[in-house]
Amino acid sequence: MESQEIVQSPKPPRNVHSPREWLRQNLFNTWYNVILTLASLGFILFVFNGILTWAFTEAKWGVIPANLQLILIGSYPRDQIWRVWAVIYLLSALLAMSAGIWGGIVRKFAIILGCVWLLCAILPFQLQLSTRGWFIGILLSIVVFYFLTLNRIEWHRWIVIGWLLSFPITMIVLRGFGESAVLTSNWGGVLLTLILAIVGIFASFPLGVFLALCRQSRLPAIRWISTTYIETVRGVPLITILFMGSVLIPIFMPDISIDQVVRMMIGITFFSAAYMAENVRGGLQAIPRGQHEAAQALGLNYPKTMFFIVLPQALRSVIPAIVGQFISLFKDTSLVSIIGLIDLLGVAKSITANREWLGLQAEVYLFAAVIYFVFSYSMSYISTEVETSLGVGNA
Amino acid sequence: MAQDTSNIPFWRDIRVLRVLFQILFLVGVILLAGLLYTNMQRGLKNLNLELSLGFLKNEAGFFISEGIDYDPADTYLKAFWVGVMNTIRVSLIGVVCATLLGLFFGIARLSSNWLVRKIATIYVECFRNIPLLLQILFWYAAILRLPLVEESFSFFDSIYINNRGIYFPSLEPSSGFSTWIAFLCIGFIIAAILYIVRWRQLKQMDIPGFRAKWALPAFVIVAICGWFLTPGKPLTTEIPVLGVFNFSGGVPLTSEFSAVLIGLTAYTGAYIAEIVRSGIQAVSKGQREASRAVGLNGAQTLRLIILPQAVPIIIPPLTSQYLNLVKNSSLAVAMGFPDMFAIGNTILSQTGQSIPVFAMVMVSYLTISLTTSAVMNWYNSWVNRRGQS
Repeated sequence: MESQEIVQSPKPPRNVHSPREWLRQNLFNTWYNVILTLASLGFILFVFNGILTWAFTEAKWGVIPANLQLILIGSYPRDQIWRVWAVIYLLSALLAMSAGIWGGIVRKFAIILGCVWLLCAILPFQLQLSTRGWFIGILLSIVVFYFLTLNRIEWHRWIVIGWLLSFPITMIVLRGFGESAVLTSNWGGVLLTLILAIVGIFASFPLGVFLALCRQSRLPAIRWISTTYIETVRGVPLITILFMGSVLIPIFMPDISIDQVVRMMIGITFFSAAYMAENVRGGLQAIPRGQHEAAQALGLNYPKTMFFIVLPQALRSVIPAIVGQFISLFKDTSLVSIIGLIDLLGVAKSITANREWLGLQAEVYLFAAVIYFVFSYSMSYISTEVETSLGVGNA
Repeated sequence: MAQDTSNIPFWRDIRVLRVLFQILFLVGVILLAGLLYTNMQRGLKNLNLELSLGFLKNEAGFFISEGIDYDPADTYLKAFWVGVMNTIRVSLIGVVCATLLGLFFGIARLSSNWLVRKIATIYVECFRNIPLLLQILFWYAAILRLPLVEESFSFFDSIYINNRGIYFPSLEPSSGFSTWIAFLCIGFIIAAILYIVRWRQLKQMDIPGFRAKWALPAFVIVAICGWFLTPGKPLTTEIPVLGVFNFSGGVPLTSEFSAVLIGLTAYTGAYIAEIVRSGIQAVSKGQREASRAVGLNGAQTLRLIILPQAVPIIIPPLTSQYLNLVKNSSLAVAMGFPDMFAIGNTILSQTGQSIPVFAMVMVSYLTISLTTSAVMNWYNSWVNRRGQS
């Protein structure tokens, strides 16, 4: 027999490249890649040259600061603006407390938000002193609440309750009571877009889960009705549903007068719930039969099996799809501008229709696009972070 | 331990409960529907409307800017049909363009070239994260800013672009067209024979190969010979000509149509690019290496190993993107492109018949969606069958 010497396998080559080597491996490794690289460089130069020349010489960016308040809050009464600040203050404080208690991704997010507020406070924009005051106050509250709650795991139940309560409180603060009440018809701009999206997300999620459970039900009557609803809604465009909300709700409910913003919320929720149901169903189908049987063997009834065994696993596995649905819901809120609400896109449209700013569509639309992009992109970023922290795909 | 079922009270018997629960659910649904129905009757009475489809036979009386032949004296039904055709036209062209764009960028995202990969990523991220409506409005504003008709951009003196749209040359059959069609038929027969011969030969030798290797060139050669042998050209190009106010002749795409088409193509293309990328990446790397190891070359690996496994993964999400594109074409209403939804909306505001109009619009969209799903399901099963044989 040969001597049983352990052969030391050679170490893998070190993966350190000089910039020149990197260039050769990634851009110039074959003749067609050389051509592709040169063509791409030409394309980039052409596009960037065009965009930069336009952005720095032709574009009239003055339209943005002149209308910034309109873009952010629409026609919300200026003397009631403290309501918006109060809501931002409340949510920032809640976020800071969650960051202190949970850490991780929430902390990262709170730090980014704090940096944004800091930049707003110190950059030399033309701001009123009171606005700067609000920024600094919010920033201070973030820092104070963060250190106050640092590592207090035992408070975590209160934070969850706080987040649940934050939504009705936000609505009440934004709307107000009595004579100084701000009607929803005055809500607009980014504020309205965010409210529509948040209401849509929080209302359509439970409705979607419910529809998915109905569709998976063993009782045929429930299954058929749910399937019919889901497939019908998924077969028609959102804009028809919104128009139906706008035109048909007054016909079907002549006794109650529901204002336009709430009708749009209802339309978006019922539309998104059907898509949510399909995503959740995907997760439910992926749960092995054994999980149901094991739960039954332990003596759990149907609601307990679903809520404690099946749904937690099913929802975890479809987080990417659900967040994708949230992102498209956020983008779809722009459709309410066709119905006549002045959300972010509606404001952009009305600014470009203003005689003073005629012909500046490119500037205004690009600015709106950047706002939409920032929100959608950060949602998908947070989703990937949550996925990794929950270990989706590794299980 | 036999269980005695007789002494279980009925309110604890799962079989009874199931039926009872369903009946309760149905009764609830029926009650809700009944409530809505009576409410609707009352609401319609308040608005002085009657629920009927009779209004469809009335004269529409409004003008439609583009689409199939139509006159304002035609009926509402005809007007709606113009809208349906416009929706189908923009969706079909959009599906083809978006698929091509998506394929291109999906493959670019897998390129070994770092720069190409990054450009494709930027394209996908930018166009996926901005609302389609905003994009369509942006393109519409951009098209309206193009030069006037008299100062149109022209490419090869045959394609003209100005702020009223894009004008392509069209192909018109001339007198020699039927002779050329005869040549094409002959070419097709020869190609079919060659295809079968080659197929049998490959089967006999039991090797993979390109079945249309002889048939395709044969068909092209016959077609080209026919083109030159036919007296006069069988097809003539009609180039758009600048008239007094606008171009005439050729194939015009109006600015509204172009804006919708560009928006739908760029937006859906970004989603399709992601689907193509993930579909190809889902085929495990070992498959590629194994196929190289048994001696297949790059093209054969792609055609025989990668694509047959990637296409079934790609088709279901691709189908839902096509359906989304058809539904999203309704956003054309924001610019006044007369698609089905926009015309439905006009009819609604003229007649006030909201419920029948919404029913028509929904049924039309559902029909288009179901047809698209059916076609894609058939293609999917065809691909899967072919993969198994």
